[in-house]
Amino acid sequence: MLSVTDLQKTYSSGDEALKGVSLEVTGNETVAVIGPSGAGKSTFIRCINRLTEPSGGSVELDGLEVTDLSGKKLRNARRDMGMIFQEFNLVERLTVMENVLSGRLGYVSTWEAFRRKFGGDDVGRAYEVLDRVGLEGHEDDRADELSGGQRQRVGIARAILQRPKILLVDEPTSSLDPETSRAVMELLTEIAADDDIPVLINIHEVNLAEEYADRIVGLRNGQKVFEGTPEGLDETARGQIYRGEEIPEETGPKRSSAEETAEDAATQEGALRRG
Amino acid sequence: MATEQSDTRSWQRPTAFYNRYVKWAVYVVIGAFLLWSAWNMRISPARAAQGWTAAAELLGGMFPPEFTPFKTDLLIQGLIESLAMSVVATIIGVILSIPVAFMAAENIAPQPVYWVGRGIITVSRAFHELIIAIIAVKAVGIGALAGVIALSYKTVGFFAKLLAEDIEDTDAGQMEAVEATGANQTQTMLFGVVPQVMPRVVGLTIYRWDINIRHSTIVGIVGAGGIGSTLLNSFDKYDYDFFLTIVLAIIAIVMVGEFVSTYIRGRIQ
Amino acid sequence: MTDYQTWERRTPRQRLVRYVLILVTLVAAAISWRLLQINYNYVGSAPVEFMDLVNRMYPPDVGYTTDILGPLIETVHIAILGTGLALLMAIPVALLGAENTTPNRPGFVLGKFIISASRSVNVIIWALVFVIIFGSGALAGTLAIAVRSIGFCSKLLAEAIEEIDTGQVEAITATGANSIEAAIYGIAPQIKPAFIGVATYRWDINVRASTIIGFVGAGGIGVELNTSINFFRWQGVLTILLAILGIVIFSEVTSAYLRRKVR
Repeated sequence: MLSVTDLQKTYSSGDEALKGVSLEVTGNETVAVIGPSGAGKSTFIRCINRLTEPSGGSVELDGLEVTDLSGKKLRNARRDMGMIFQEFNLVERLTVMENVLSGRLGYVSTWEAFRRKFGGDDVGRAYEVLDRVGLEGHEDDRADELSGGQRQRVGIARAILQRPKILLVDEPTSSLDPETSRAVMELLTEIAADDDIPVLINIHEVNLAEEYADRIVGLRNGQKVFEGTPEGLDETARGQIYRGEEIPEETGPKRSSAEETAEDAATQEGALRRG
Repeated sequence: MATEQSDTRSWQRPTAFYNRYVKWAVYVVIGAFLLWSAWNMRISPARAAQGWTAAAELLGGMFPPEFTPFKTDLLIQGLIESLAMSVVATIIGVILSIPVAFMAAENIAPQPVYWVGRGIITVSRAFHELIIAIIAVKAVGIGALAGVIALSYKTVGFFAKLLAEDIEDTDAGQMEAVEATGANQTQTMLFGVVPQVMPRVVGLTIYRWDINIRHSTIVGIVGAGGIGSTLLNSFDKYDYDFFLTIVLAIIAIVMVGEFVSTYIRGRIQ
Repeated sequence: MTDYQTWERRTPRQRLVRYVLILVTLVAAAISWRLLQINYNYVGSAPVEFMDLVNRMYPPDVGYTTDILGPLIETVHIAILGTGLALLMAIPVALLGAENTTPNRPGFVLGKFIISASRSVNVIIWALVFVIIFGSGALAGTLAIAVRSIGFCSKLLAEAIEEIDTGQVEAITATGANSIEAAIYGIAPQIKPAFIGVATYRWDINVRASTIIGFVGAGGIGVELNTSINFFRWQGVLTILLAILGIVIFSEVTSAYLRRKVR
């Protein structure tokens, strides 16, 4: 279980990216963080595994305070959090297999890592995970030979191979076309259910968030302005998140817009199942 | 859950060689060769230890660098001669390389001429400037003339090669357009090719001048004039203070040359 | 109204600048030529002297080939070991001298200092220094080549390191890998092509350099060449020159092949 309390981040430029955000993620739920660009979504995710150093607040993973850790202990905490990136961040010149196996780097010695010597179990699992994300037979391809969707699948495989307690996903679909985006989202929610782990996703496509998330969190200017079910994300909430509207005065065409998105999703779904 | 049952498939990183045996064979050959090389050096602990003392003595002998008036005169004379050599050699070298460059440009020269041009460039590039210098010294005697010959000779290989590549990269359309007006071959060269490569000629000349300054400081080691002779003298006389002075002076002049050359080339662009 | 009768390619100012530049060049050339105090008799006789040398060199002394085989092999050893040592030492120096991997400010300055110190002294001067320290022989030559090459290799490697995609390193760090593993998986693959390029390019340069450090006693074929020239064994000299040509072309072909192979 991940529990974030009052997380703050002020960059050295004086830019306040996070002004105290709290959030709990439990079970095997999929939580989507939405918000306009610059709202602090990426900073939030990156502060959790401390790729970006938070300036205040606390992050607890299964009762372990992550913000105090350093060295070996921090690395062990990172092993428990699988991260998936917007630009995939695969090591382009390595093979797919090496990229997937790099998810085990926290568990092997440096010398073994240098010799690409991973336990037989790791390799076996890597093959299974590759099958699971639909990349069987691609293990010896170089990462830069793959298409965007395939690369993101490798990125997901790398993260699952860590056997993480949670998946942190930073804008997984913004470098992908709509069709591939859906396939990736489906894969992520499937993993959450199968492996019984929660998934925390930053995403800017609201319709994808509504479709796939169990819970939606809205960030604006480094503050949480909405938290609730996809159904609860009405026009008022959207207004708050995207236009900074303070008071819910307007009762606008919220139903129709929700229906529209649902319809949209339904029509596309059939075609996209295959992905 | 599917991931729980472990299967024991193994994975081998694909190798850049034909197979793993070839890979290991290559590694073994490289390793053996390196060992052989090291063994040929005859490195012994005694020699290493002796090296340390010698290094300490050398450093002690070097400090402080010497700046007496007599030595300073020698130094300045040497530096001026080096600089003068670099200027003269660059100009002679560039003048000689321009025809060679046209000869070695595949799009202009006929086949036999092209191969002659390429041959000149290859031979000029193959030998280090000191080899040319040492032969030139035997041919024309000790002094700056030998140095100028060596540097000009090296300039041809460098300059003609790069210029020939530029000529090959020129836009054939411009040449054809000039040819289509009824211009003869010389006119085609003058109006179709020269304007395209002229800025590069200037840039390359300055770049080569920079390189020639570096080389002019060392050809003296084999007697071809410039500060290098002074350096070797001080070295032969165990005059290590002056040796350091000269080395520092060489570094300074090389850096100034590099700075000036970078600055001018920046302005031309 | 435009004057159609005359046409000038350049504005007067441009022309003035060009003439001044040409004038400066000519004056510099004239002064330089005067400074060199070259004896015109020698200039006149130079072509004759060279033809004379060439005549005395031809034909090359084939029997000499067996004698120079040893020094030739030594030359290649010096070039390989020198380049290898330089590359080994260049890796930490490059990591120090690259802005994104340097541990701290003093480390960065140290890295930059090593790079420029090594690059600003010619290999033959380094050879002189190492001959003083270790006595004449291939060891001095190898060290001279190695020390001279460190700066070049580190500079190019540091530039390659500064251009890597940090996202890839970040992703490896996010899996819980330590910093050495992050370097092996995140940085090394990205700079591998640059590394091979630098290594082969420098190897090319070093083969040429290792043929001349013998002039100051630092081993290799240069020692043999120097002796032959001093004893006026011109036919032997030509044999050596042809042999050097052979090695240089061989190394150029090898390094071009390696560069093509690694993409």
